[in-house]
Amino acid sequence: MVAPRLFRPAARLVSSRFAAAPLRSAFAQSACAQSALRVRGYASESGTKEVTVRDALNEALAEELELNEKTFILGEEVAQYNGAYKVTRGLLDRFGPKRVIDTPITEAGFTGLAVGAALAGLHPIAEFMTFNFAMQAIDQIINSAAKTHYMSGGIQPCNVTFRGPNGFAAGVAAQHSQDYSAWYGSIPGLKVVSPWSSEDAKGLLKAAIRDPNPVVVLENELMYGQAFPMSEAAQKNDFVLPIGKAKIERPGSDLTIVSVSRCVGQSLSAAQTLKQQYGVDAEVINLRSIKPLDVETIIASLKKTGRLMVVESGYPMFGVASEILALSMEYGFDYLTAPAVRVTGAEVPTPYAVGLENMSFPQEDTIVTQAAKLLRL
Amino acid sequence: MQDERSQREDGEAQSPSGRGRTDRVHFPGAVNSKFTSDMKFLKASDLPAIPTYRVLDSDGEIVDKTRGPPDVPDEEVLTWYKNMLTEGIAVASAAALTPDDVVFVQYRETGVFQQRGFTLKNFMSQLFANANDNGREETCLFTTRKATPEHTKSRSTSSKYTVKQHAISSPLATQIPQAAGAAYALKIQDLQNPNQSPRVVACYFGEGAASEGDFHAALNIAATRSCPVVFVCRNNGYAISTPTLEQYRGDGIASRGVGYGIDTIRVDGNDVFAVYEGMKEARRRALSDGGRPVLVEAMSYRVSHHSTSDDSFAYRARVEVEDWKRRDNPIIRLRKWLENKGLWNEDMEKETRDQLRQAPSGRRNPPIREAFTDVYEDITEEAQEQMQELKRILQTYPDEYDLRPYKDGINGLDKQ
Repeated sequence: MVAPRLFRPAARLVSSRFAAAPLRSAFAQSACAQSALRVRGYASESGTKEVTVRDALNEALAEELELNEKTFILGEEVAQYNGAYKVTRGLLDRFGPKRVIDTPITEAGFTGLAVGAALAGLHPIAEFMTFNFAMQAIDQIINSAAKTHYMSGGIQPCNVTFRGPNGFAAGVAAQHSQDYSAWYGSIPGLKVVSPWSSEDAKGLLKAAIRDPNPVVVLENELMYGQAFPMSEAAQKNDFVLPIGKAKIERPGSDLTIVSVSRCVGQSLSAAQTLKQQYGVDAEVINLRSIKPLDVETIIASLKKTGRLMVVESGYPMFGVASEILALSMEYGFDYLTAPAVRVTGAEVPTPYAVGLENMSFPQEDTIVTQAAKLLRL
Repeated sequence: MQDERSQREDGEAQSPSGRGRTDRVHFPGAVNSKFTSDMKFLKASDLPAIPTYRVLDSDGEIVDKTRGPPDVPDEEVLTWYKNMLTEGIAVASAAALTPDDVVFVQYRETGVFQQRGFTLKNFMSQLFANANDNGREETCLFTTRKATPEHTKSRSTSSKYTVKQHAISSPLATQIPQAAGAAYALKIQDLQNPNQSPRVVACYFGEGAASEGDFHAALNIAATRSCPVVFVCRNNGYAISTPTLEQYRGDGIASRGVGYGIDTIRVDGNDVFAVYEGMKEARRRALSDGGRPVLVEAMSYRVSHHSTSDDSFAYRARVEVEDWKRRDNPIIRLRKWLENKGLWNEDMEKETRDQLRQAPSGRRNPPIREAFTDVYEDITEEAQEQMQELKRILQTYPDEYDLRPYKDGINGLDKQ
């Protein structure tokens, strides 16, 4: 039956029959899953430091503004207000109003300005208050930023970075909750990254700013306040992650869970539960980069485990998960011992009510239940 | 008239392209522009600022002693006063509309909703997303639990009374070109139906939203298609933290209306009578000559924070806010006027406040069915299958699911 995949709230109700946990009212409000990593004792490791995703992004911006005179950041509220989500905190004081620029409320205007400045040789970083607002300027991103290099026969680079929170947050409903990974991921000429942890955030944002192409950095508002351990290497100002390389966050042998952004944390928690409840070892891959996609890492893992599940919070149809399932069929079909599965956002405009909102996106128990089903546990 | 005459005179002397002796050329893009040998750039700062229309001064006294009192019954002014939650702009401008006029608002227009019949109970039902929320049958105003608070809409297809307000959109300024479109539709409908008294669309937005491309597109299309729409810009000085100084460099939003060939007025937004009178005249103009757009820029000051998640003292001085609160405040100004006329006093103030603060009684959660509705006009086959499956599960395991909070319990899954 196709339906449960496409409309997850009902799927959750139906699947609760398979859950080993005692049945509870599916209408009860479920608390958001806490990242399992938060209770691990990384802080005790020598040299590592707990850093929030927000501070990691801030550090990346500050370092790149410091290192490269051609960079500047612009957007609504980024300077005097320190950013709507405080990602640009302190940058105006440190780098001044020529490098940290408040704009009027005109996405088309400041995105166009950023693209124009990039075409003229600067390396602008445009912040969208959320990527939902970038739709007001999407023509600049897709038709101008992504295509000018190609259309100019390779003589006109466009080194611009678009960044801001993407996907759903809490209680911001239909028009503020959309995940744009699939949208930008489908455009030749763009690169798209989406960090989960603080190291991801810093390393990927720095890579995006340094990359000579237009890069879209899809952050997540719910992750901004989360702290992660950062290695000594990652604390340095030369720390850059390669765009296009995934990271195996948790090795395992029974099931491959590919995930991105906030869903990585949920997948790791789910993997822990799967281990405790069923004794299975799930391998969790953090995509980090949507485009280019690290097909090699995914297929290598799939060959090892024989089972594939993709967890992401976009819509189910024509999404990142759909793409990875298609790739798994093209490159790993003979190694799959069960049909690959998608766990995605629901096929519904995001509701405002918290109960409905929770049912519209993958939760930890959704991942566990679907994994148990896939593994026939 | 001026245009036609000068065209005729010139046309006799020479061709439109201006050969021969002439003081102007009829360029297609500027049909009545005179030549000048004086090379002079227009400078915004050389032009006088557009004046601000005002009826009451800050003491609640009528400024122009030669004019009569505002043409509004006392009882109505008392209703305005009770409806004024924040700024006076919303209430007074809505009061100048007829119930048939159609409204597009942004998210600072609770006063428009109230003035057009939305009750505090309606607001609270929406905020708590209870079974009363979408009220399709009762009030036909519906704000759904699937939308953010304030994203309220009314169903115009219903035969019952509605507030005739479209759903609010989070992305800024999208309502402005839509308002032009709705006005165009009203104009055509009213032409086709002589029994319908002519209607206008009122469209609200802030000075920040006027920076979006949609604003400019909207004014131009409304002007060229002669749409009967009144654009109401609520210029309250701040777009979240962005002050007007960083939002634009011209003479407010009003100067743009003139640029698009639109009749424009700037009014004191803290003066409800100025807003009311300005809006009333704007509505009349919007319906004259077969329909045309009008722009009203209402000046005010945002005393509150932008939203509950904003601390505005991070970007503006507390003293500035206190000063505005004390010096010029639409509610106090109106209260002074009412008190001067002996229509209001401290006891009435207290009584009204107590009344308004009474919490509306609680309501049940909406029927379960509503988890499936409204994505499309008709529930898709897939969703219907899922509803059946859900029903089967709920019937098979009645002890596992507490349906008491939900309106109509398990029957809430059936079509009503």
